[in-house]
Parts: sequence; C-alpha cells; structure tokens
Amino acid sequence: MKRLVFAAMTVSLLALPALVLPALAQDPCCATGDLGLVVERATGSLLVIDRSDRASIGRIEGLGDLSHASLTYSPDERFAFVFGRDGGLTKVDMLTRSIVGRIMQAGNSIGGAISDDGRLIAVSNYEPGGVKVFDADTLALVADIPGNSKTIGLVDVPGHRFAWSTWDSGEAFMADFSGTDPVVTKLGDVGKNPFDAVLTDDGHTYLIGLFGEKGVTAIDLWDANPTPVRFLKDYGKTKDDLPVYKMPHLQGWAFTQGQYVLPAVGQHELLWVNRDTLQEVARTPMHGQPVFIIAQPGSPYVWVNFATPLNDTVQVVDSRTHRVVKTLTPGKAVLHMEFAPRGAEVWISARDDNKLVIYDTRTWQVLGEVASDSPSGIFFTARAHRTGL
Amino acid sequence: MRNLLALLPLLMLTQPCAAEIAADRAQILEHIVLQDCGSCHGLTLKGGLGRPLTTDALAHADAEGLALIILDGVPGTAMPPWRPLITEDEAMWIARYLKKD
Repeated sequence: MKRLVFAAMTVSLLALPALVLPALAQDPCCATGDLGLVVERATGSLLVIDRSDRASIGRIEGLGDLSHASLTYSPDERFAFVFGRDGGLTKVDMLTRSIVGRIMQAGNSIGGAISDDGRLIAVSNYEPGGVKVFDADTLALVADIPGNSKTIGLVDVPGHRFAWSTWDSGEAFMADFSGTDPVVTKLGDVGKNPFDAVLTDDGHTYLIGLFGEKGVTAIDLWDANPTPVRFLKDYGKTKDDLPVYKMPHLQGWAFTQGQYVLPAVGQHELLWVNRDTLQEVARTPMHGQPVFIIAQPGSPYVWVNFATPLNDTVQVVDSRTHRVVKTLTPGKAVLHMEFAPRGAEVWISARDDNKLVIYDTRTWQVLGEVASDSPSGIFFTARAHRTGL
Repeated sequence: MRNLLALLPLLMLTQPCAAEIAADRAQILEHIVLQDCGSCHGLTLKGGLGRPLTTDALAHADAEGLALIILDGVPGTAMPPWRPLITEDEAMWIARYLKKD
C-alpha cells in the first residue's frame, strides 16, 4: 500500500507544471527538526545551522546585546524565543529566518523558559529584578512578578508552572499558571547567593547551586509541600579556593548512572553525588574550573568545558569510573557544547577562533567545522521537547 | 583602611602614569574586558550579575582603586582576583580604558 501511495505521489510530482518547481526551491525549507541556532554574541546575531548538513544556512540579525543570551523553542520547533542580556525578548521564525516579534521587557535579563503547553514565555530579570511572563503568540505581557532581587535559574515545571531563585535574597519561588490567575508561592529560603538552578529531566528535583555559602539545595517538586533540603554541606567556594573566572552553569548538570555531576566552585574538580542518598561518591580532578557539564545522550559519558584562561579544552569523563577518558582542544575560548539529540555528535563553539567544531562522540574525530562570528550558545530545536527549558 | 594600605605599593608603581602597554597586548586586554569581564558585567558593560562598568557608572571611581579591585577582586562577592592573569600595569590600563581617561 505504501508503495502504491509513493508511486502515486511520484507521478503527481512529475505531473506538476515545471514552473512550480523554482517556486518550491525558493520556499524556505519546510522542517526544522535538525536545525539549530547559534548565538553570535558580539554581533547580536543568530546563525541558523543544519545539523544533518553540518553547515550554516542563514543568519538572523538585529537582536541586541546577546552576551549570555539563551533561547528556547516553541513546541512545533518553528519559533525560537531569545533572551538577551539587554532585556530584549525576541521571537524568531526558523523557516523565514527573520524576527517576527521583539520587545524590550526589562533593563537587564538573564534567561527564560517556555511553559509545557508552549503558550507562555517566562523571562528572569536582573534589573529590575523579578520574572515577567508573556504570551508566546503575541509577546503580550501576561504576568509581572516583581522582586527586589536578581532572578536566576528559571525553569519550566510541568503543569503550566515556572520556578526560579533569587541571587540577592536567596529564595526560591514557584508560579502556577494552570488556573485563571497565576499563583506565586515561595518554596523557601535556599541559601546565600544561588548562582544557578536546574530541574532534573523527570521534573522531580529543582537543584540550586550556591555561591555565597557552601552546599547545594534540592527541592522535591513532586512533593505536595516542597521544601528546600541542603546537601553536600562542604560543597562550594571558600576563601582559599581558586578564583572563579566564569560562573558555572547548571543547565548542564548531568544526571547519569544514578548520580548528579556538579562543577566544584573554586576547585578544578567534578563532584559526583549519589542521587538517592545525596552523598558525595567521588571527585574527578579536571583541567580547569568546570563551566558546563553535559551528559552525552545514550552513553555513560559527560563532556566538560572550562573557565578562562583554561578554556581551549574539553574533557570527556566516564560516569562509571569517574575518570577522564579524553582531552580535546577544539579551539580558543570554548563556550558551549550541544549534542545531537541521540548523542552521535557534538557541536562545540570556539568563540575566539570564530568557529563551531563538530566531533564524532564515538571516535572523537572532527567531522566538520562551521564558521561563526564569536559563537557562544548552541541550541538545537530538539530542546523544544525537554522539560525545564 | 587595609584596602588603602594595600593600594600604596600600587600607587607607587603606577604614579604618575601607567607604563605603556604594547598595542597588541592592549588589543588582548580590550578583548578580555569585553568578553571575560562581559560575561558578568555584560558585553556592553551595562551590568549583569556584576555591577555596570560604563563610563558613567565609574565616573566617581578612581582608576587606582579600580585597578586594585581588578587585581584582587572583592572578597565575599563573585568578583575574582585577576592578578594571576594580568600585571598591575595592565590592570591600570583596563581601569583607564573603562573610565575612558
């Protein structure tokens, strides 16, 4: 039957008037599943990349200050919502490669997330502090949740909810948008100067890293009355530790082999924590201060990049043995790594070499390079379907 | 007060004016300011996790004090000491670069 249908389609395609074909060729490509966007921080542009072709296929310009920019995707993987440092929230269309909406929603912002139904975009702001929530279609303001603190670690939580933490006041909050009006609840005091937070991919645990004191805070979001629990009480920076030239990111906190993998803050180490007991099980000495620790999908490996000045290197660690199995030097100022959703390859941005380097994750061979202007974050559209982003 | 005392050797080193920084090194320093300082203070230096470093924001700060903050960081905050990576003259160059002196 399939073959019949296929044959019929072939015939009908052949039967199309020839003049239709050029029009088809000019149309934007019609699927976005293997596309991605790369933040070009210095020029305020996004490079559109095609993962299958290992190539760039376009550029979207005019997005303002994109230092520390991140983005998230609509459920149909057509639109990206870009959170700029300058408070800009920009909606771009992957198909037409153009900006379809842009607002300046704050003076200074740090990131955001899309709700599980794709209808709401939440942005976490530094100045003025707080969270703003927008309609994903129109970018109209839906809710303004002011605060007197810089907000960090904003995540989407299943059930039309968002959670975030506050740098200055050390609190965590949840906003529930499942009813007619949003309901904001304080989840508790989480510790001094939380620098980032992340939601486990099962939506179970909201983990918060602290800069101002030792320890990590976990909040069980499956619990009817979630409360912060402190663990790893000797984790974190002390006076005698090494300087931290770049804040670690926790979005990459890997969850693998029943463990959390955390970047030591002020130590050139990874910490491995048993997920059930919340006890440290091992440490791995590393090349530098870890920034991102990202699990290679479908494997026991995590990939790690480092803060300046040791940021030309990426290391691969086996979560079973806690040992470094490979050290790579993709280029100058490695800022981010993004895996193909099934893990076969990884794209790495080397900001000061103005390129993306693509590695085969099994052989660690370079599969290709793509020129990009000061690239930082790399975001494949498969992120559309991941909880927490 | 301790800060002021710590400043003295630096003042002696850098007064009356900072040593010349070679053009190629200056270019690297500018890159460090925009990219590495920029990761906390914003690429346009309008602030982020760190305070704004625009010329306006620093109008009332003196260059020597800024150089010291760059070199030794601010204890109890996320500002790290850059002394392991740059010289005192280079910190002074960055301070003046920020103030556009």
